[in-house]
Amino acid sequence: MFKYYFEQVNGVEIWPIISLTIFFIFFVGLLWWVFKGVDNSYIDEMKNLPISKTPKS
Amino acid sequence: MELEKFSYDNKIVKYFTIASIVFGVVAMLAGLTAAIQLFYPAFNFDLQYTTFGRVRPLHTNAVIFAFVGNAMFAGVYYSMQRLLKTRMFNDTLSWVHFWGWQLIILAAAISLPMGYTTSKEYAELEWPIDIAIALIWVVFGINMIGTIIKRRERHMYVAIWFYIATFVTVAVLHIVNSVEIPVTFMKSYSWYAGVQDALVQWWYGHNAVAFFLTTPFLGIMYYYLPKAANRPVYSYRLSIIHFWSLIFIYIWAGPHHLLYTSLPDWAQSLGVVFSIMLIAPSWGGMLNGLMTLRGAWDRVREDPVLKFMVVAVTAYGMATFEGPMLSLKNVSAIAHYTDWIVAHVHIGGLGWNGFLIFGMFYWLIPKMWNTSLFSRNLANTHFWLGTLGIIFYALPLYIAGITQASMWKQFDAEGFLVYKNFLETVVQILPMYMLRAVGGSLYLVGVILMIYNLIKTAGTGSFIPNEDAEAPALEKKVITGGHWHSVLERKPVLFTMLSLIAILIGGIIELVPTFLIKSNVPTIASVKPYTPLELHGRDIYIREGCNNCHSQMIRPFRSETERYGEYSKAGEFVYDHPFLWGSKRTGPDLAREGVGKLKKSDSWHFYHMLDPAQVSEGSIMPPYPWLFEQTIDKELTAGKINALRTVGVPYAEGYEDTANTDLEAQAKTITDNLAAEDVDISGDAEIIALIAYLQRLGKDITVKE
Repeated sequence: MFKYYFEQVNGVEIWPIISLTIFFIFFVGLLWWVFKGVDNSYIDEMKNLPISKTPKS
Repeated sequence: MELEKFSYDNKIVKYFTIASIVFGVVAMLAGLTAAIQLFYPAFNFDLQYTTFGRVRPLHTNAVIFAFVGNAMFAGVYYSMQRLLKTRMFNDTLSWVHFWGWQLIILAAAISLPMGYTTSKEYAELEWPIDIAIALIWVVFGINMIGTIIKRRERHMYVAIWFYIATFVTVAVLHIVNSVEIPVTFMKSYSWYAGVQDALVQWWYGHNAVAFFLTTPFLGIMYYYLPKAANRPVYSYRLSIIHFWSLIFIYIWAGPHHLLYTSLPDWAQSLGVVFSIMLIAPSWGGMLNGLMTLRGAWDRVREDPVLKFMVVAVTAYGMATFEGPMLSLKNVSAIAHYTDWIVAHVHIGGLGWNGFLIFGMFYWLIPKMWNTSLFSRNLANTHFWLGTLGIIFYALPLYIAGITQASMWKQFDAEGFLVYKNFLETVVQILPMYMLRAVGGSLYLVGVILMIYNLIKTAGTGSFIPNEDAEAPALEKKVITGGHWHSVLERKPVLFTMLSLIAILIGGIIELVPTFLIKSNVPTIASVKPYTPLELHGRDIYIREGCNNCHSQMIRPFRSETERYGEYSKAGEFVYDHPFLWGSKRTGPDLAREGVGKLKKSDSWHFYHMLDPAQVSEGSIMPPYPWLFEQTIDKELTAGKINALRTVGVPYAEGYEDTANTDLEAQAKTITDNLAAEDVDISGDAEIIALIAYLQRLGKDITVKE
């Protein structure tokens, strides 16, 4: 069943290359954001979310 | 800004907690029964409903979906409301989810002992239950996404990400692996065959561990560990990397369950590489959990909640180091099919899931009943019983696994197998099986102490069904800018889609080529579909859960080809809906049971199934007396043929009308053979079909001399 559909896709072999590229860029971006881009106050706020008692107003 | 008043729903958490504990005891009792059956076969009670082949799936399903599943929902419903500062989206959905899930468990508890099974591990439930699972899972998902949308906290804490990934991935896994064609109300055949079925199944099986037993509990760890320690998680940055790398990598690792099988090599290698890579995110998560306790280790000495959590996270670290090591082909060559794997999963199950759940319950119950724990001493006793239980469970099985693997592979100076009789290698490790049952019992006694302690705790407090809370409403202003990941955390639907893409890519790349590229499953011209009688026999083999103890997959090692015969080829399984490769050899492989030196007479099989220990002294296989009284239902033959034709097995058009003639003719040759040895039995008896199937195994690729 699947065989039939995928055989109709031209250049199916490009998929893995595209996905590798997407994920490489995603992870490089993620690492950059985590270590350089992110705001410390945001990290602190998120970090304390489970244990903070007082609601912000 | 004005504070809005609302309340958290504790009642649903309470119900899931109770369900988890009750089913936990049932699941562990089933496990203990199965453990005892392995050294004391009389514990099978000579009843078809309680033989090992049916109890084992009951145990695994009950542990995964009833004990751990209900605990997961309890943990998620409690933490999600608080992290998002809102009540669950819809109370009715919460209760539909709760009762729906318990009904599914009930259906499983009835249908598995009755022998209704697909044979695919952790996906044994038949198609009507599969549909129910999908529907209830979607109810859970809608309730979860709805809650996220009506939140009063702008950003989603990392635990919520893990919950989202759990929802989307389990949905995808369950649906893809459960594509099956119904034959009757409670019988279906897998849509996929042989190698493809095996790949889909272990892509599912591995990720059931990943996304049912791991990701939701990592979310739970990221909430409850900081709560219990009263300090923030060690590194929130690390948790972000942990999340994305874990979900992306995990989905690829499934093929490590199929090393040295007929699965194409490239898929095996892919599984190995990604499994090794998994150490990084797994250990990142573990360290993040343990480091959260930095400066608070003195409290770990005192507080049973923290004790349980520390051991849980440590067990997670051990299991996630061992897993990648087991994925190396040279290690898998030794460990696969042995009790080593059983030990490995129980480090995860008893240590990681069990202990995290106990820690969570010891923390949750006093909170929800507004009191403190009844007895800290009792909880500490539970902790030590549980820890000893894990050790007594796992260590003997490590020894058993390595011992048995060595015996399987041992050759003498002349090049012959030293232990030609498989049974010798089983008898050798029986003392280890006994010790394992001791370990399991200790663990269960600990759980019973916990139940007493928690009931007493609840008795000293009063339950708060709706906990009042207040928080400012989320402003409806449009926020632009910020870094892309914080944008992502503000948009739950987009976030869900991205997680879905992350897990789909791995799945698609791994699965599609085996369906697409013909050279991945070379066909063998001599391989023919099963005869109608063999088909009935195969369905009995599935019903009795024979695949729980017998593999049908000979790996290309001399120690295996010497013992069993020619190694298995991908092309042999093209008509196997489902595949029956098995994952554990408590008994010998059966792939060549009907040919070569393994071939036995029909009467041998007859007497062996009637009482295995009479034929092979010391055998731990249970007797199957009911196969001699029950008859096969020939009315179903046509339906089976039609269903299999639909999924691609080349039975000729119209064959379903004449199939029973062939069936009776083949049954007669077997009953004639038996009659020659003074055995008188009807050709309709189930045993005849089973003998036909067992005698067929391996015949396809054997050249007649």
